[in-house]
Amino acid sequence: MSSIRTLSPPFVLPRARLDDLFERLRARGYRVIGPRVRDGVIVLDTVKSSADLPVGYTDEHAPGRYRLRRRNDDAVFGFVVGPDSFKRTFLVPVQRLFRARRDGDRVRFSPEPVDTSKVALVGARGCDLAAIETQDEILAEGAHADPFYVARREAAFIVAVSCSESRSSCFCTSFGTGPRPTRGFDLSLTELLDGPHRFLVEIGSAEALEIATELGLSTASEQDQGAAAGIALRTSRGMERQLDTQGLREMLLSRLEHPHWQDVGSRCLACTNCTAVCPTCFCVDIVDKSSLDGESHERTRQHDSCFSADYSAVHGHPVRNDVAARYRQWLTHKLATWIDQFGRSGCVGCGRCITWCPAAIDLTREVARLRDDVSLETDP
Amino acid sequence: MTHPLVPHALRVLRRTQESHDTFTLEAEAPEGFAFSAGQFNMLHVPGVGECAISISGSPRRPGRLVHTIRVVGEVTRHLSALRSGDELYVRGPFGSPWPVERAHGQDLLLVAGGIGLAPLRPALYAALARPKRVRRVALAFGARSADDLLFARELERFRAQGATVGVTVDRATEGWQGPVGVVTKLLPELVVDPPSTVAFLCGPEIMMRFAARELERLGVAAEDVWVTLERNMKCGVGTCGHCQLGPYLICRDGPVFRYPRVSRLMTIREL
Ligand SMILES: Cc1cc2nc3c(=O)[nH]c(=O)nc-3n(C[C@H](O)[C@H](O)[C@H](O)COP(=O)(O)OP(=O)(O)OC[C@H]3O[C@@H](n4cnc5c(N)ncnc54)[C@H](O)[C@@H]3O)c2cc1C
Ligand code: SF4
Ligand code: SF4
Repeated sequence: MSSIRTLSPPFVLPRARLDDLFERLRARGYRVIGPRVRDGVIVLDTVKSSADLPVGYTDEHAPGRYRLRRRNDDAVFGFVVGPDSFKRTFLVPVQRLFRARRDGDRVRFSPEPVDTSKVALVGARGCDLAAIETQDEILAEGAHADPFYVARREAAFIVAVSCSESRSSCFCTSFGTGPRPTRGFDLSLTELLDGPHRFLVEIGSAEALEIATELGLSTASEQDQGAAAGIALRTSRGMERQLDTQGLREMLLSRLEHPHWQDVGSRCLACTNCTAVCPTCFCVDIVDKSSLDGESHERTRQHDSCFSADYSAVHGHPVRNDVAARYRQWLTHKLATWIDQFGRSGCVGCGRCITWCPAAIDLTREVARLRDDVSLETDP
Repeated sequence: MTHPLVPHALRVLRRTQESHDTFTLEAEAPEGFAFSAGQFNMLHVPGVGECAISISGSPRRPGRLVHTIRVVGEVTRHLSALRSGDELYVRGPFGSPWPVERAHGQDLLLVAGGIGLAPLRPALYAALARPKRVRRVALAFGARSADDLLFARELERFRAQGATVGVTVDRATEGWQGPVGVVTKLLPELVVDPPSTVAFLCGPEIMMRFAARELERLGVAAEDVWVTLERNMKCGVGTCGHCQLGPYLICRDGPVFRYPRVSRLMTIREL
């Protein structure tokens, strides 16, 4: 397991003082965004206090299935990831890029100002942090860094949560992105339910250290640290789903014409759910619109999906007309060509696309099929 | 930080009708603008959209930004309505250049299909501007019919400057005296010294595949063949995802590729 990048020894935060942490964040000008229950789903939205969090809830995941259930304890973070991810915070679903106004025979462009309002993200999991790092690579560090993304990213304070349990769709250990956050956070919490309800607090930034000091947190005991490490270990060991990443890129690129793509293409509905819930999918469309009188215009950038036909249109026809070709594009991009393009995997093992696929298509299983793993043939 | 998705306004200096559906816009380039042969810009029509168009002018005259555009849809139709004095909205330049320097001391062969001649023209200018550097320059140009020929008068000038120019049409109309048929048929005559020939191909993918195969048959090394690829393109800066072809983002890694890097990808259906 990779070592954790922290700036100080960990602290301990009693459950009863979790709201003090939120209070400190608000006092520093942060709007706090975190998990909350809405319409039977855990979404990410503004939270005022810990009472807004899904306290005492847990989630059940299976391919194409998701359900919330009551737990028999008051765990604050006793669930994993829902359909939302913090992608929405940084690469917002619809971003205006500029407005333009006709002025005689000229057009004047007013670039949209960037949003620098401070947000604290509470509850980012290891896979989420890896997804943010993956998008940073494309949108914040490329030759053409995106100013909207960069501004929001710089204004964010990240409170990570170490997963105490995994769900059947999780496979973060296949990519080493979880269950314990190791980097990319300001502050990381591990919920400890044995004995007094409390959190182990790990510090990843100077600001987090300031906050811990302001809160007067006491240093965590060796026992608390051991308990947190034990939880992470148990969670990793309990993870059932696995993706064999050994030679994965080469395997996929050598099977671009494998008949299995037709098989999965016949099941895929091209609904775009998987790309919508995926925390690394970054594809966007650029849309220009005009007012009715033609005097003013605006350009927006909107989340897009490689599963839609228009996505690849050239000369009036989609290059990827067949849904099988679109699924192949998506899967091979995630697991193979992303590595060529950006030097890392495009999948972080969060399992969202598995849970939220209405056709119950499971990428780990499709990969196994492509590997011609006969052991799968016997599955129901 | 300036935003890579906000265009600059330039002044159109001249509009030339090249054929029934193709025209050229010359605009005043912004101060300090520089580009390499093969690069493209994103041309924007406010409220309508934007599209990728290669620069078709000479890299040695970067002050004049030239684009040659075929009308195929909304944006290109609006662009064709622009006249001298109008504003043209541009982002760029983007993409990888034709490696003209690879032809130094060698023969350079350009193979163009239809509008594909426009992105190749800057390479032709560059090669002819330094006649001592490139040994022989040849152009094979295939158009659908005589009505679709581009830069007809300029082709004569290229000939006068020492280039060998072959032109063929798919369909002969009345008065057409030249060859009829696919552009690959011109190649045996234009390739004089295969081991020392560098070829740049631009046109429909199927044409480039056949041309590359023919060049290989004639003895031109695949590593000396370069092609330019086209995919749906929204941003031009590698962040919209649309122009992927397998491991490549065409706007960032292309559009000009050494043929062996993409030859397999070009044969896979709907990749
Ligand atoms: C790197 C590059 C260089 C190019 N250079 C030139 C050039 O020098 N001259 C020239 O005439 N054309 C060039 N093209 C093609 C040109 O971009 C398309 O013809 C143009 O986008 C059509 O836009 P439109 O709005 O007029 O058509 P649309 O109304 O958008 O549609 C016309 C057809 O073109 C397709 N199309 C739409 N957007 C794109 C897109 N971004 N890329 C490809 N096809 C698209 C549509 O599917 C549609 O069927 C180039 C394309 C690329 C990728
Ligand atoms: S591809 Fe699926 S499992 Fe991988 S990061 Fe995206 S949503 Fe998560
Ligand atoms: S794989 Fe599933 S979620 Fe993705 S587009 Fe196909 S049906 Fe929709």
